Amino acid sequence: MLNLPRWRVILCVAAIVFGIVFTLPNVLPANVAAGLPGWVPHQRLNLGLDLQGGSLLLLEVDTQALKAERLANITEDVQRTLHDQKVAFTSPVQVNGEISLRITDPTQIQAARDALQKLAQPLANGGGRDISVQTAPDQHLLVSLSDQAVTADTAHAVQQSIEIIRRRIDALGTREPSIAPQGTNRIVVEAPGESDPERLKSVIGQTAKLTFQLVDESVTPQEVAQGRPIPPESVVIPSQDALSPTYLVKRRATVSGEMLTNAAMSFNSQTGQPVVVIRFNGQGSRRWGDATSQNVGKRFAIVLDNKVLSAPVIREAILGGSCEISGNFTTESANDLAVLLNAGALPAPLKFVQQTTVGAELGADSVKAGALSGIIALALIGTFMVLAYGIVFGGFAIVGLLSNMTMILGAMSLTGATLTLPGLAGLILTIAMAVDANVLIFERIRDEERAGRKPLMAIETGFSRASVSIMDANITMLIAALILFAFGAGPVKGFAWTLSIGVLTSVFAALFLTRLFVALWYRSNRSKSLPI
Amino acid sequence: MHWPLIRNLPKETHFKFVSLAPFAAGVSALCVLASIFSFATNGLNLGIDFKGGTLMEIQTTGPAPLGPLRAALGRMGVKDAQVQGFGAPNAARLRFEQAAGADSAKAVGAIETQLAQQFPGIKFTDVEYVGPNVSGELFQGGLLALGAAIVLMLGYIWFRFQLQFGFGAVIALAHDIALTMGILSFFHIEFSMPSIAALLTVIGYSMNEKVIAFDRLRENLRKYKKMPLADIINLSENERLSRTMITGATALLALSGMLFLGGPTVRPFVIAMVCGIVIGTYSSIYVALPVILLWGVNRNVEEAEPLKPVGARR
Repeated sequence: MLNLPRWRVILCVAAIVFGIVFTLPNVLPANVAAGLPGWVPHQRLNLGLDLQGGSLLLLEVDTQALKAERLANITEDVQRTLHDQKVAFTSPVQVNGEISLRITDPTQIQAARDALQKLAQPLANGGGRDISVQTAPDQHLLVSLSDQAVTADTAHAVQQSIEIIRRRIDALGTREPSIAPQGTNRIVVEAPGESDPERLKSVIGQTAKLTFQLVDESVTPQEVAQGRPIPPESVVIPSQDALSPTYLVKRRATVSGEMLTNAAMSFNSQTGQPVVVIRFNGQGSRRWGDATSQNVGKRFAIVLDNKVLSAPVIREAILGGSCEISGNFTTESANDLAVLLNAGALPAPLKFVQQTTVGAELGADSVKAGALSGIIALALIGTFMVLAYGIVFGGFAIVGLLSNMTMILGAMSLTGATLTLPGLAGLILTIAMAVDANVLIFERIRDEERAGRKPLMAIETGFSRASVSIMDANITMLIAALILFAFGAGPVKGFAWTLSIGVLTSVFAALFLTRLFVALWYRSNRSKSLPI
Repeated sequence: MHWPLIRNLPKETHFKFVSLAPFAAGVSALCVLASIFSFATNGLNLGIDFKGGTLMEIQTTGPAPLGPLRAALGRMGVKDAQVQGFGAPNAARLRFEQAAGADSAKAVGAIETQLAQQFPGIKFTDVEYVGPNVSGELFQGGLLALGAAIVLMLGYIWFRFQLQFGFGAVIALAHDIALTMGILSFFHIEFSMPSIAALLTVIGYSMNEKVIAFDRLRENLRKYKKMPLADIINLSENERLSRTMITGATALLALSGMLFLGGPTVRPFVIAMVCGIVIGTYSSIYVALPVILLWGVNRNVEEAEPLKPVGARR
């Protein structure tokens, strides 16, 4: 017991120094911390949104829309392929997420099937092909999209969306938002310090799919409303301009948002209204020039997210590769649209499924209340331990507990862990267990002394008996904490991580630190009886 | 009075813990039944994390006008609007569900704007919206993690002690969870993500108590091979009585700061933790150990001495 190997002493001192050094940045005022040299650790504990204030948005990629778009593309491919093969068929329809079509000539079914099968692409994740073609009764062919293909599309869309959202938010200048995938089809956006998420939401929530589509003037929207059939290559789209509530436009987009190189807010030279000026890339300029020169005098609809912004008349061919979009903008909304167009369109619409906003004041109040309750708890426990076990052993418990706290806070700062309100609960449990470890040791030592052992033997046996209980209790806790960390969602994870670190440090504090203190104390006074 | 105060505790106690067990079993059974009854009739006051919906915590310049706020929400066509005072007189908490719609998160902003117009000076300190799908998944995920953690703890206890110890612990744990949930539902304390953390803390504390109790029992089973099991349990519990009291007291002291100063957001979950610590201490003595007593332990097997005592060097 009294034989203290040097490595133990060094380990204890190192652990205490580690705790203090890594906890300090959290306690020092910002101006003092900034003045420290660069080699001093300066990571601070991350405070969760509930403690710091800020906004959290959980977004979901609209898998249905993604699948519908993919099926629409496949339908086009199918039609083109069969036309190329000169196979006659009746118009394909979508049934239960499959494309069903009837081949007019039964002898061509096999040829048609072979041709369509060539459309199938191998999946990147190695699981077969994305589409499959089956024959069905009555000369039908069924083209279906595999679930794996939808999953792969979703994963890709999530990746792309994160990239695009980051570009959009960076342009807004919001403070360091974190954007991360969650599960298969969700994205979490956390913006600390952002107490008004509405602008954030309007910037993230828009798909920003911009297309230029010719207005079909063969049928007026009024005639469509009266029941006149729509030409198959056209579609009715709602509008936000004052001229007409809906427009009939060609399905095919002449130019789309992917073909632009730059968008910027500007003012119209005649009306003085805010507008967005866009520049097309080479391909876009060519198409735009061709389309405008062929359709002088007709209307072009500028469509954003399936809504017509405006539908100006083409007065002359526009060959310079630029275009001015007007549409009842304010300076801010024109600016936002320019940001969106520059960042690119989202691959699929995003839905907001969860939103949390904590005001900065509430967060600050929680931190203050949390810190104050922590200090009060430590003071009460310290007083209680000194009353119960006296200055010497009570003091050991207090020093052990304080070193334990600094080790936990230091380890959490170092690993960049996030402290949340549930994490505080984990911290309290840790305090309780750390004190319990000391109580177990002290009670065992008392037992052994009462059983007639000399102080040194009592200390020795007490420690070794108590350490079995301490190890068992803490290993059980560690198992539970690790499982919760692996399976739990957000707040439960924070709790589990705090608890895991706490379990490790409190075992160390009890079996190494307390032991060191007791050994040093006994060495220096060799008393005949123990003061507990 | 002796100094330090621990010396004032009697050196040896001879409480007959086991003789109270049948009575305690009745009390426990009644409490569990009452909890289930309360759970079945009152249900849990699920927070929006688990139920979905919108929660707003607001501050107004004067006393919060609860009635007009409720009326204003009613006019906006939201469902199940609840408006309560929250902590300070100028603070209130609004909770409601929106009419079913694809993107109700957008509507939250609209409601905020309307309230800001009708109640000038209103401040939104906390706004949360949880969609119905997410809420279900959060709940299931939490339960799954909890279940897995309990099964693995049972496994570890089986490995370190005996199987019946593991069952004793799990039955006691089920008892603790039932009672804590019963208290939550009886007092209509909101059950949200932080409450899950509170529940986990209670389970953690309770498990710690059980392992400490089992440890002492195992040690005495080895020491006194011929003593009847009931007497060994009594002896073990008397031996660790002072530790149980001191640890329980410190755990409650650790919570006291949060209980009085933590503010209205955390108070419900601190209350749940305080109840849980008392329940967990009780169930170690009166649920886990009686289960082992009823089941009996295997005392003939010569076990290998587990875990060499750490640092037993002289």
